[in-house]
Amino acid sequence: MREPRAYGETLQELYGVMAEFKSPDALKQAVHQARMRGYRRLDAFTPFPVEGLAEEIGFSDWRVPLATLAGGAFGTGLGYGMQVYTNLNYPLNVGGRPIVALSAFMLITFELLVLFAVVFGIGAMLILNRLPRLHHPLFGADRFDTASLDRFFLVIFSDDEKFDARHIQNFLWSLGPERVQTVPSAGGPG
Amino acid sequence: MAQDVSIRTASSRSRYAEITQEVVGIPLSYPRWRNWWICFGIALALLLLFFVSAGVLFWNGVGVWGNNIPVNWGIAISNYVWWLGIGHAGTLISAMLLLLNQPWRNALNRFAEAMTLFAVTCAGLYPILHLGRPWRFYWMAPYPNTMNIWPQFRSPLTWDFFAVLTYLTVSILFWYIGTVPDLAASRDRARARFWQVFYGILALGWRGSAIHWARWRQAYRLTAAIAVPLVVSVHSEISLLFAAGPIPGWNSTVFPPYFVLGAAFSGFAVVSMIAIVLRRAFYLQNLVTTRHLDLLGKLLLATGLMTAYGYIVEIYAAYYGGERYEMETLWDRFTGVYAFSYWGAIACNFVPLQLLWLRGARTSPFLLFVISLAVAVGMWFERYMLLVTGLYKDYLPSSWGLYDVSIWEWTLYAGMMGVFFVPFLLLIRFLPMISAFEVKETLYEGKVQHSPSVERTGAERISGHA
Repeated sequence: MREPRAYGETLQELYGVMAEFKSPDALKQAVHQARMRGYRRLDAFTPFPVEGLAEEIGFSDWRVPLATLAGGAFGTGLGYGMQVYTNLNYPLNVGGRPIVALSAFMLITFELLVLFAVVFGIGAMLILNRLPRLHHPLFGADRFDTASLDRFFLVIFSDDEKFDARHIQNFLWSLGPERVQTVPSAGGPG
Repeated sequence: MAQDVSIRTASSRSRYAEITQEVVGIPLSYPRWRNWWICFGIALALLLLFFVSAGVLFWNGVGVWGNNIPVNWGIAISNYVWWLGIGHAGTLISAMLLLLNQPWRNALNRFAEAMTLFAVTCAGLYPILHLGRPWRFYWMAPYPNTMNIWPQFRSPLTWDFFAVLTYLTVSILFWYIGTVPDLAASRDRARARFWQVFYGILALGWRGSAIHWARWRQAYRLTAAIAVPLVVSVHSEISLLFAAGPIPGWNSTVFPPYFVLGAAFSGFAVVSMIAIVLRRAFYLQNLVTTRHLDLLGKLLLATGLMTAYGYIVEIYAAYYGGERYEMETLWDRFTGVYAFSYWGAIACNFVPLQLLWLRGARTSPFLLFVISLAVAVGMWFERYMLLVTGLYKDYLPSSWGLYDVSIWEWTLYAGMMGVFFVPFLLLIRFLPMISAFEVKETLYEGKVQHSPSVERTGAERISGHA
């Protein structure tokens, strides 16, 4: 799920509406309500991973595990291929032992499997999360620094089909949050 | 049920903030400058000693060491095995216990992983220093060259090069993505501009989005799942450096599991020591509780007994095979010139260890520290014993020879402690050393049994232990 463009045409343009909750359970409840209301472009922000929250938002993305699998396959091929190629390229006959020695090659093949699986998996995680990204409209929001401490936030993005700031504010207030605020986009060059 | 949950989170709500403040507060407003500077000063002096020893080595060549023929491996290689073994415990605590769903590991994993990074660095330096022509270490890598030759891929040395490089890379990545959320917490707590920018860049713009967390978790758990067999493969490869050679006392099929378990054993000992020192130095008794020490003690005991099994199988295999040179080597271990290293290993590894059957010994920081120290020393003896007793008596009596550790090998070993402790102390000083967000997650999921100390407030705690 992609977030909307961070940089609006003008400073007045909204990035989204944000509600702050005191507990993960209240946030989960709020996400559920918002989804029931038909809002689709939303995200939650928590200080620690909350089981089941992403699924509630509609997350079902298997690209990170798939990238890990692809990395493993690539590393296996690279590791084994490299050893076969170099041994055929410069055959070392040691006491008539096989040039392409399957069992002796397996260790490096396994190491490269691991290396590339991990690099691909973590790389895919960062790329799909659009990280690193050092500036973000949410960092400008009041009290958003507590999202890494003990507060739980729900944001409905401005590119939701049903986005209407006033409606959403009223709706969010009805969920029993600590506070509700609008988040302006960051402005500046797009 | 739902009501139950809300009551629990209501009572623990302020605990979330407290945990973060406690962990992140250490790098942001460092509480114990004097002690840190004393430790750092000593570590820097050791690091200087490392550079001097390495300089002397490079200037004179490996002749300044006690290595000779037949004992051409010396403590450079036995220390390599020792450091790498210590490193493995960090990965095992972090990855294996994550997959086994043991949330208590969350109080230990961060500094255990940091320990891994620097232990592996120390280990990796040894074979390079031992090369004789260390500036040509890259010959181990398969790169196209004008000599038209490639590395020997059937040699355990080449396997080792790939294993250690992979292990170092994976350890760094695993540690780093596990730290990013806490770096974000540090960024949000920092008040000075410099530190906001410093942590801000390191945190990569992490903002705790549920979608990000979901992908993060996929990547983190998959890395953990791959890291466990990686540890097994890396230390098995180290054992093949020995076991693939036709040397009496080395050529044994028990070596891979024996080495992996010995590695975990020595590593858990070092993790215990670091945990005991850190919790005392920073008043972290409510995050690293006596329950953690108890569990570490149990892990130490279990891996220690498995290592002891390796000793027994070695003796059994020598007798069962009945091969003359094997028997000679075995008897050399018991009664030869280097018998001190065999009996030293037995005495340090397995005698104090038996105290850990008692709960009182596992939960006593002092006793656990002493036992762990004995294990670290004992495992050093073990590697020394395996290496030297295998080599010093060759098949032909004409090529027998003794090995004495020279002064420059000892200084290099002491200097390696500096290579380990300087970055480790910097990490403790500047980065969050306990995984605050995972401790909070555990708290939310209610998996932690609240020990009495958890309920005490920060002020009481500090006054109680100051």
